[in-house]
Amino acid sequence: MPGKTKVLKKPARTLADQSYLLEVMKGLGTTLKHFFQGTGQMVSGNVPDAVKYPLAEGIATISYPEEKRPYAERWRGVHRLTHRDDGSPRCVACLCCSTACPAQCIYIKPGEYPEGDKRRGYERYPVEFVIDELRCIFCGFCVEACPCDAIRMDTGTHMTAFDEKSAFIYDKDKLMSIVSQHGTQKSENPRHEPGEASHPGIDRLRGGH
Amino acid sequence: MLFWISTTLKVLVAIGFLAQVAAILLWVERKQSAMMQNRIGPNRATIKIGRFEIRAAGLVHSIADGIKMVWKADWEPTGGDHLLYRLAPIIAIVPALCLCAVIPFGPTVFIDHARDLYDPAWAADAATAARSVPLQIANLDVGVLFVFAVAGAGVIGAALAGWSSDNKFSLMGGLRAASQMVSYEVAMGISLVGAMMIFQTVRLDEMVTWQMQHCWGIFVQPVAFVLFCTAAIAETKRVPFDTPEGESELVAGYFTEYAGLKMAMFASGEFVEVCVSSALITTIFLGGWQFPFVQLTGFEFHYFGINISWHWAHFIVVAVSFLSFCLKCVFLIFMQLQVRWTLPRFRYDQIMKLGWRMLLPAALLNVLVTGTVLLFLNSPSAH
Repeated sequence: MPGKTKVLKKPARTLADQSYLLEVMKGLGTTLKHFFQGTGQMVSGNVPDAVKYPLAEGIATISYPEEKRPYAERWRGVHRLTHRDDGSPRCVACLCCSTACPAQCIYIKPGEYPEGDKRRGYERYPVEFVIDELRCIFCGFCVEACPCDAIRMDTGTHMTAFDEKSAFIYDKDKLMSIVSQHGTQKSENPRHEPGEASHPGIDRLRGGH
Repeated sequence: MLFWISTTLKVLVAIGFLAQVAAILLWVERKQSAMMQNRIGPNRATIKIGRFEIRAAGLVHSIADGIKMVWKADWEPTGGDHLLYRLAPIIAIVPALCLCAVIPFGPTVFIDHARDLYDPAWAADAATAARSVPLQIANLDVGVLFVFAVAGAGVIGAALAGWSSDNKFSLMGGLRAASQMVSYEVAMGISLVGAMMIFQTVRLDEMVTWQMQHCWGIFVQPVAFVLFCTAAIAETKRVPFDTPEGESELVAGYFTEYAGLKMAMFASGEFVEVCVSSALITTIFLGGWQFPFVQLTGFEFHYFGINISWHWAHFIVVAVSFLSFCLKCVFLIFMQLQVRWTLPRFRYDQIMKLGWRMLLPAALLNVLVTGTVLLFLNSPSAH
């Protein structure tokens, strides 16, 4: 069924339009209005805060990098590795993130905890955790894939532009030193270590073997 | 002796001022366009002296630009005509500088009578007249005609630059500049014929005197004012008439191949043209250095049955007149920049149509109407 067609009338060109002079005056009026508005704001110092009120009348410049437009909570910035309470990484070296990564920029070398460690047998830990930030496409699949909430992109910062390529290779220490945009190195989701009472699953004591 | 000293001083001041005009207008243009477009504009260039930082609201950018221009590689195209290539920027800027020679920027100063009330007998007295300084570098009999002749020479610079650069963009730009400037020269000249008929002179100082005694040229020649302003903006080759250097089509037009200070000469030549054309419009249409209701004797208001006479000393009148000339020029420069940032660029054929089909007939009609009115006013039966 054909849709309704709305025929727009072409605005007629009057003599006033055609002579161009009046239209020029109108245009000058508009630009002059903005000129005096902007100059008044600059001289009186009443420049609206473009970060807080982006749609305010008048000057709308954000003086980057002194002022920055805040990013949304879910905006994907540089990665960070979250910490446990004891400061070790939450990562259990399951390789989910490096598997999910379409750019194949994550390299993890998993390692076993030493004999006698209470985490041994439950999980591994990353001996090396390297992200090539130049290859990364910031898709966030690694964050989605992580079962432990160990890798996050909630830092709210851009990738820095470095001079040399090697600076873009972020290793485990570097990734763990980055904080979220709220300043924390942990995750809001609680972590239940095996052996703790809050641990929901089967562990060595309750499993009966 | 006084003549030589005063003339040298006037030349130095005028050239010195016009040489700085580009730097200042560059800042004005950037800042003004920023204000018009809800931006802050340039403010980052900084001079650091110890803990003090001088930003001067972006004026430092002009200094930075100057330094950059000096240090740019002075590259020249290998083909083309090297002599003409180097000559072109000079030819482009010198006529614009020359134009300021004939523009009166104040009344004649009688040095011996600085604190006295103006007396017309001073000019007649040979001894006093010998110790007087006209605030105009060269008081030529041909006045306006000199302006047209010299302004017309400016086109040679653009055309030569385009021709000698060995670049097709440059050549196109040069051709466009030449045809545009020649076209608008015609309308510009004829639009002033009406004014010359009314003022009955081509000397610029006498034009100002006529406007002081009667009324400003804009009131007797409003059509010519609009035509002349349009043509003058077109002569400066700036937006909206900047097809000779239309970036989207011709890279940078006739100065595509120029770098460093040679390019700066073209750029500052345009700003000097803006300044000089403003001074010219002021002189011919806005009463020159005359402040409203200020005669050579002081403030005189004799209209509507009100008679106010407030006599000033000669030097005060001179100061007020000079300031009023500067103010009018600044206002016109402001308006020219405002037009430049308001209107989009015309297409090349639109420029030609506007010049030949609109401005020229309108100017001719203006001459006809002015002549007819003058004929009736001056005919014996009218008296």
